[in-house]
Amino acid sequence: MTAQALEQRDLAVVIGLEVHVQLETNSKIFCGCSTEAAEDEEPNTRTCPVCLGLPGALPVLNEGAVEAAVKVGKALNADIPEETSFHRKNYYYPDLPKNFQITQYDAPICRDGTIEVEIEGERRVINVRRAHLEEDPGSLQHKGGSIDAADYTLVNYNRAGTPLMEIVTEPDFRSPREARRFLAKLEEVLEYLGVFDATRDGSLRVDANISMVPADEVDADGRIDEEALAAANRTEVKNISSHKGAEKALAYEVTRQKNAIQRGRAVEQETRHWDESRGITVSMRSKEEEKDYRYFREHDLPPLRVSDWKEKIDIPELPDARRERFREAYGLDVEAASKLTSTKAVADFYEDVVEEFDPDLAATWVADNLLGELNYRDMAITDVEERLGEFTRLIELVDAGEITRKNAEEIVLRRMLDEGEPPEAVIEAEGLGTVGEDEVERAVAEAIEENPEAVEDYRGGEGGAINFLVGQVMRKTGGSADPGDVNAMLRERLDE
Amino acid sequence: MSDSPVDADEVRHVAELARIDLDREEVEAFASQFADILAYFDALDEVPEVEQEADLVNVMRPDEVRECLSQEEALANAPETEDGYFKGPRVS
Repeated sequence: MTAQALEQRDLAVVIGLEVHVQLETNSKIFCGCSTEAAEDEEPNTRTCPVCLGLPGALPVLNEGAVEAAVKVGKALNADIPEETSFHRKNYYYPDLPKNFQITQYDAPICRDGTIEVEIEGERRVINVRRAHLEEDPGSLQHKGGSIDAADYTLVNYNRAGTPLMEIVTEPDFRSPREARRFLAKLEEVLEYLGVFDATRDGSLRVDANISMVPADEVDADGRIDEEALAAANRTEVKNISSHKGAEKALAYEVTRQKNAIQRGRAVEQETRHWDESRGITVSMRSKEEEKDYRYFREHDLPPLRVSDWKEKIDIPELPDARRERFREAYGLDVEAASKLTSTKAVADFYEDVVEEFDPDLAATWVADNLLGELNYRDMAITDVEERLGEFTRLIELVDAGEITRKNAEEIVLRRMLDEGEPPEAVIEAEGLGTVGEDEVERAVAEAIEENPEAVEDYRGGEGGAINFLVGQVMRKTGGSADPGDVNAMLRERLDE
Repeated sequence: MSDSPVDADEVRHVAELARIDLDREEVEAFASQFADILAYFDALDEVPEVEQEADLVNVMRPDEVRECLSQEEALANAPETEDGYFKGPRVS
């Protein structure tokens, strides 16, 4: 198909991801050096002959990294093949002291997995082609200017040999937003598994393949005609380090490719570098092709036969399973159950609260009130992890009738988040403590006395009149009475 | 098969991947040397089949941290260093 024909047609976006995640182990993947960077650590202080690539040093595989990989495979419902093995990927660059990276090639530890992702209210299955183990390279500093114009290079091998898992998806994403949702879900699953720490610097790195195909080559199930996909030139965008970054980089690339096609120019098949600070992708003019990596078997590492570990290694309950359990055990609807299992921290907090309170009440407080107010402030539950006891106390105060629900939701919770104050302090400062029963009774008596017409209407069978009277009482008590109680008290008096 | 299994273009390509600068004479010298070296492997065809030891599988170590080299030891073989880093030429 020529670019001239393409420019007349509607275009669909096709994206596939290669996600590198750092596995949480104590030691590096092929040697006993620590993976834990000390604060302000000196360069080249966590190295040994293996991760420095000194002659004669032999790698020995870390069992912890293999266990973590099997857990990931289990969580992705992937196959763990009978035998897997390691390869050398040869390239000459100083971030690798050996001039090759130990990785997996034709026998990865995980194949054919899936992850379910909720995208715009729709549950989609994203296919994971493979996931494999490899070592992280060291880090370079280009001194005296940009990469191209630097005077010299400084190399630190502390990071070299950190275990990574590369997770490769099929080209199943149809928008940058979908890719972002997937990354968020993947991180969540990995955190549930306890094999990944999202707060660690550089723990997630993403390469994205992106191309455009004519929209009419995509069928109703989102499948793309293979020939159309093969005919489309794709770019590979490297250096993405967050979900937000992925969405931005891909959105930029979609626009760039669409513009090129609509002007009748072909998209060049190339590797591009995402420049986060400038918000653009730039061509990397890489000349090396796959065959130039001269992959061959790493014979210093015997093959692995760990398919039976899948039965032996247990994994914790994952988000989707927990959601279903929340629906059954607590009678929640899909929406509430999904919100409450969106992160492990939220789900754990809900299960704390539900021990003390009714499941629906707990769900409203955690999913609607707390998460709603947190989202509004662009915060996550992990930002207030230390203060979760205060939110439980707020629910207790409402439950005990010491403050109205309305005031708790609209005033106390918001001030707790904005000012960082505990609930008792807000209630005290705002004078929100509920009024005594005497005062409410007095207000009820007054409202009845002052509004004979409404009383007449109510007794004449006009139900709406009661609301007017409730409003009068609420006004007299400054909104601190419970409207339901007031309603009941009024009826009791009027029905006498 | 031609008389040289590795031609000059291939030598140049591999040299480029290894970031080695070769002049024309070197390229030609290496191309013919490759032919000689590869010919040595023909000797292996003469080796009779022997029983081999069973292959190893699942050789792993527990996930335990061991002591690392000191910075001084790590940098001991480096021709140039700066502030605890290995120092090298510009790369791109």
